[in-house]
Amino acid sequence: MNGRPNMSAADTSAPQARAARWTPQRVVIVGAGMAGTRLADEIAQRDVGGRVAVTLLGAEPHRPYNRVQLTNVLAGAAAEEDIVLPVPEDEVAVRLGTAVLGIDRERRQVRTADGGGIGYDTLVLATGADPLIPPVGGVRTADGGLRPGVFAFRTLADCRALAAAADAARRVVVVGGGVLGLEAARGLAGRGLDVCVLHMAPWLMEARLDAEGGKILGAAYGDVGIDVRVNATAVEVSGADRADGVILDSGERIPADLVVFACGIRPSTALAADAGLRVERGIVVDDELRTSDPRIHAIGDCAQHPAIAGGLLDSAWEQARVLAERITDPESTALYTGSAEVTRLKAADLDLVAMGEVNPDPDTDDDAASVVFSDARGRTYKKLVLRDERLVGAILLGDDETSGLVTQLFDRGTVAPPDPKVLLFRGLRQGTDDSGPDLREDATVCRCNGVTREDIVREFAAGARTVEALRDRLRSGTGCGTCRGRVAALIADLPADMPAA
Amino acid sequence: MPLKVVEEATAGVPTHCPYCALQCAMTLRPRPGGGADVEPRDFPVNGGGLCRKGWTAAELLSSPDRLTTPLMRRTRTAPLEPVSWDAALDRIAAELRRIQDAHGRDAVAVFGGGGLTNEKAYLLGKFARVALGTANIDYNGRFCMSSAAAAANAAFGVDRGLPFPVTDIASAGAVLLVGANVAETMPPFVRHLPGAGDDRGLIVVDPRRSQTARDADLHLQVTPGTDLALANGLLHIAIAEGLIDTDYIAARTTGFDEVRRNVSAYWPERVERITGVPVSEQRAAVRMLAAGRANGGAMVLTARGAEQHSKGVDTVRAFINLALALGLPGRPGSGFGSITGQGNGQGGREHGQKADQLPGYRRIDDPDARAHVAGVWGVDPDVLPGPGRSAQELIESLGTPDGPKAMFVAGSNIAVSAPQAGLAERRLAALDFLAVSDLVLSETAKLADVVLPAAQWAEEEGTMTNLEGRVLRRRRAVAPPPGVRTDLEILAALAARLGRPDGFEADPAAVFAELRRASAGGPADYSGITTDALDSGAAVYWPHPGEHGTPRLFADRFPTADGRARFAAVRHRPPAESIDADFPLQLITGRVLAQYQSGSQTRRIHALREAEPGAFVELHPQLAERLGFADGQEIRVVSRRGTARAVVRLSDEIRLDTVFMPFHWPGDQRVNLVTNPALDPVSRMPEFKVCAVRLEPPLAVADRLHPSAA
Ligand SMILES: Cc1cc2nc3c(=O)[nH]c(=O)nc-3n(C[C@H](O)[C@H](O)[C@H](O)COP(=O)(O)OP(=O)(O)OC[C@H]3O[C@@H](n4cnc5c(N)ncnc54)[C@H](O)[C@@H]3O)c2cc1C
Repeated sequence: MNGRPNMSAADTSAPQARAARWTPQRVVIVGAGMAGTRLADEIAQRDVGGRVAVTLLGAEPHRPYNRVQLTNVLAGAAAEEDIVLPVPEDEVAVRLGTAVLGIDRERRQVRTADGGGIGYDTLVLATGADPLIPPVGGVRTADGGLRPGVFAFRTLADCRALAAAADAARRVVVVGGGVLGLEAARGLAGRGLDVCVLHMAPWLMEARLDAEGGKILGAAYGDVGIDVRVNATAVEVSGADRADGVILDSGERIPADLVVFACGIRPSTALAADAGLRVERGIVVDDELRTSDPRIHAIGDCAQHPAIAGGLLDSAWEQARVLAERITDPESTALYTGSAEVTRLKAADLDLVAMGEVNPDPDTDDDAASVVFSDARGRTYKKLVLRDERLVGAILLGDDETSGLVTQLFDRGTVAPPDPKVLLFRGLRQGTDDSGPDLREDATVCRCNGVTREDIVREFAAGARTVEALRDRLRSGTGCGTCRGRVAALIADLPADMPAA
Repeated sequence: MPLKVVEEATAGVPTHCPYCALQCAMTLRPRPGGGADVEPRDFPVNGGGLCRKGWTAAELLSSPDRLTTPLMRRTRTAPLEPVSWDAALDRIAAELRRIQDAHGRDAVAVFGGGGLTNEKAYLLGKFARVALGTANIDYNGRFCMSSAAAAANAAFGVDRGLPFPVTDIASAGAVLLVGANVAETMPPFVRHLPGAGDDRGLIVVDPRRSQTARDADLHLQVTPGTDLALANGLLHIAIAEGLIDTDYIAARTTGFDEVRRNVSAYWPERVERITGVPVSEQRAAVRMLAAGRANGGAMVLTARGAEQHSKGVDTVRAFINLALALGLPGRPGSGFGSITGQGNGQGGREHGQKADQLPGYRRIDDPDARAHVAGVWGVDPDVLPGPGRSAQELIESLGTPDGPKAMFVAGSNIAVSAPQAGLAERRLAALDFLAVSDLVLSETAKLADVVLPAAQWAEEEGTMTNLEGRVLRRRRAVAPPPGVRTDLEILAALAARLGRPDGFEADPAAVFAELRRASAGGPADYSGITTDALDSGAAVYWPHPGEHGTPRLFADRFPTADGRARFAAVRHRPPAESIDADFPLQLITGRVLAQYQSGSQTRRIHALREAEPGAFVELHPQLAERLGFADGQEIRVVSRRGTARAVVRLSDEIRLDTVFMPFHWPGDQRVNLVTNPALDPVSRMPEFKVCAVRLEPPLAVADRLHPSAA
């Protein structure tokens, strides 16, 4: 009965206890980011009629916003006001600019920066993640902050700072060729900057792509004017007061007005660790999204669930849905058992979606079947990995014709079609096309009135030589009217001296 | 048969097609030996065209299946036998009385249809409220238009399917058609759409690459049940790309800020994952709409594919949001509309055969509306019942302890058309008494205690209101077969037997005159529409309070309290039933060209029966290969609710995870044995358009293959 206060024990008939039954369950959410805000919203949507009192505490001062869309804000493709998230302000007490500094599990309170304590029956940690900045020389100032000219890309504040600096800059180095780095790079290039991406691994997005896909992606980035360097490790940020370049392990220095670090994230676990909760890479949770204290839950980037790698929004929102159901319905048996993890690059003129297992070893792994279409010149690379007739991984690079189809097949885990080509290309159809000139005899020409080629040839032979004459005899063209051109083309090809059939 | 546009009425009887809401104009030329010949007539809607349903419509006039005498069974188990009209009407009146005396007034229900004329719909509503005094009247339009109607009323303050003449579509530079397969269901409509070779753009949203989608410039092959997410996503893109009309939003709407925040959660990549529509196509659609707006106008039109869902109202509102944000409604050549399906689906929802309505599209719980209508009817407002049960709830309650024990049905074949039709059939069988008025012995009529043979379409006079809110004259061209009466005559005779000899005219002109008075001052005001104007063929659009009608609504204001249209922040949620390991496919339903609705008319027409003889299920060849089914093979479509029999029709125009089945056939070929009756919380529209199924071989083979699984 975690997190559902005053219910069973209070069901005795003492008046005090009865009154306590109606005390709403106090739910405190720490972190008003993507997961925390969604949870508050999911609870409010469930119309709990005063049984649950939600408080949402967020360290960031802004109205909750859609972090995923920061890419577009940086690229200039969305305005800040377009990425504000809906917050159910009538149902939820929202306190922005309020960082939680500690958790008192004994007294069931969280302590905020302004010194106040807020009591909870159920506590949810949705503190997200912090950008991982590698410990290379010249990144930080003496007080531990980022040096001028050096940026992370996680928050709206980061985004604003970066966008403002970009206006006055010409060259930028993005350290990290993962999704975030590549999206930032594309956005900044779109703003007219010269962009160089440094990536440590031998190909871009090495965790999500195979070598060939990664290489073709690099070439596609080259096409939009971005200089991609793989096998390149940044060892130092150069410059006096401000950063003015990045020095590689090869010794080469790449000049830059701005240096953006996109080297991954680290779940934000300090609060949980200080409170003595079990923390590994993230805050460890089970299928009920409980931490090692059953009154405390964790969702989103800060949580570590065994079934997922984490760091993606879809799992954060799915967790919010499951937890909202459990919080609002004491009978709920909803569990979180994992999410299909899909990466979709948000970059102008570049289409990429990658999911699951994309690199089975063909020599040792007999159960996996790969289907690959590779066209390096056309910057197109498509790969499917199937096991046991099910799609377990895919890369679609170069167009998005089938990205929805393939993603849904992966999400649902249903059996794949026997011929995988239909998952790679949209235009493949087996049906006959009824608009061509070489119609079969029984091909329908006028669908509305069921008139076939045969009918038209017959009436033509019998003397109906114009579209109008055919219409009078066969009703062709009297429905939607779209077949008139086809009828005209057909009779134009028939010999004028055609004998009656 | 010569095909000339008729210039003079004297050359034949000018009327309109009996089937869909286009109401194509035609001339009927009675044949000496009975029956009539059909000729298309020039008219803005059909431009002199007809589809094969229209061409063959007159065949039903001389169909050997026509009922020509009342039928009655003495006991529930006895067979239906011919009886005299008096015997039939006396029996109905006596049974209704007896049941009302024993169980109260609401124990008798009335069920109408969207194919009935305005006069019949009006009189049926009055019959229920005044002669029977029951709250329980609803109609099959609940299964068609109720989601669009609820959405339009909430957003615009009025519900007229197309708030502009259909011919306006022809000037739009871009049209977004959502869940509408007009090339099959109303072919002449296609004449108005952007077509090959013009510089206008047509975008079609449909899980199938339907005939309509094939002719489109852009086809968004959406996952069934995700149209709402798509609409929100398109609006997201329109905002991000700066394509919304901020002046219009500021001047003519309210509620945009909340919608803007709401759609911020529908960015294209997420929407692609929910809907399956590629990001690039979402963007192309929005750009095409914006370009069309600058090239004559842009239109957003929805139909049943988007509406017949447990979230149908919200889905329509999402598309209205898109139209409003683009600044379309009320602009010439632009706008939002919903394409009405049934012949009088528009008029049928205005005159009071709906559980919550009174004539003139008034609400039955509005004291002013009650007072006005009661005044016209000459009764005390307090005797008028309140809102009754909606169609599906009404059907589910039939014969239950709290539900009606008797029902009178006119113009509807619910044993085939209601969702979970097996249940509908069981509920009809649980009634103490069922009376049905129909032209033929429909599947519903077969279950009745008394069946009344009714006149049809070309045998009687009346008015219809087509999909654009234009009121039309339907004319009598031939005499009904001997022994047949009109529905108005039937209602008048029954009312007299129930103690209401006055106030139920059998003369359509008299009923129309009364309808005009009853509608006066309501949203659908017909009070200024004269029979002369209708007879002259003038273009008469409601509201028509005085001398002038209203072809185009919303030019200056919306009929809401503050004159502004309303945005609504609506969210996607999955269909009521999701696919799973046991039922891994999505079933969608719809119509085909050669049949109409439950098929009780079109299945009796030779050419149409030949073109589409029986139920089929359309699936992708890849799916068929995986399941081991061949084209033309008979299989079973199975859901949690029931099983339907159908023949496999292969098509690579359908999604790999979806199968399609039309709903025109009876018996074990009824797809509605399978569909999900989950209701929209607002419109009470059932979720006809998506449910989870699996496909199985015919039983005998299945038994052989899996002896234990049977
Ligand atoms: C630019 C960008 C693009 C992205 N694109 C995608 C994408 O396309 N697809 C995808 O799946 N994922 C994407 N992601 C990742 C996605 O944004 C995260 O997975 C998601 O935000 C996780 O949500 P969260 O609530 O766990 O963390 P966050 O959204 O980071 O929210 C955590 C919040 O908690 C607050 N907080 C932390 N500690 C405290 C405290 N002690 N007291 C009070 N508040 C606190 C933080 O200030 C923050 O506001 C992207 C991320 C970025 C930065």
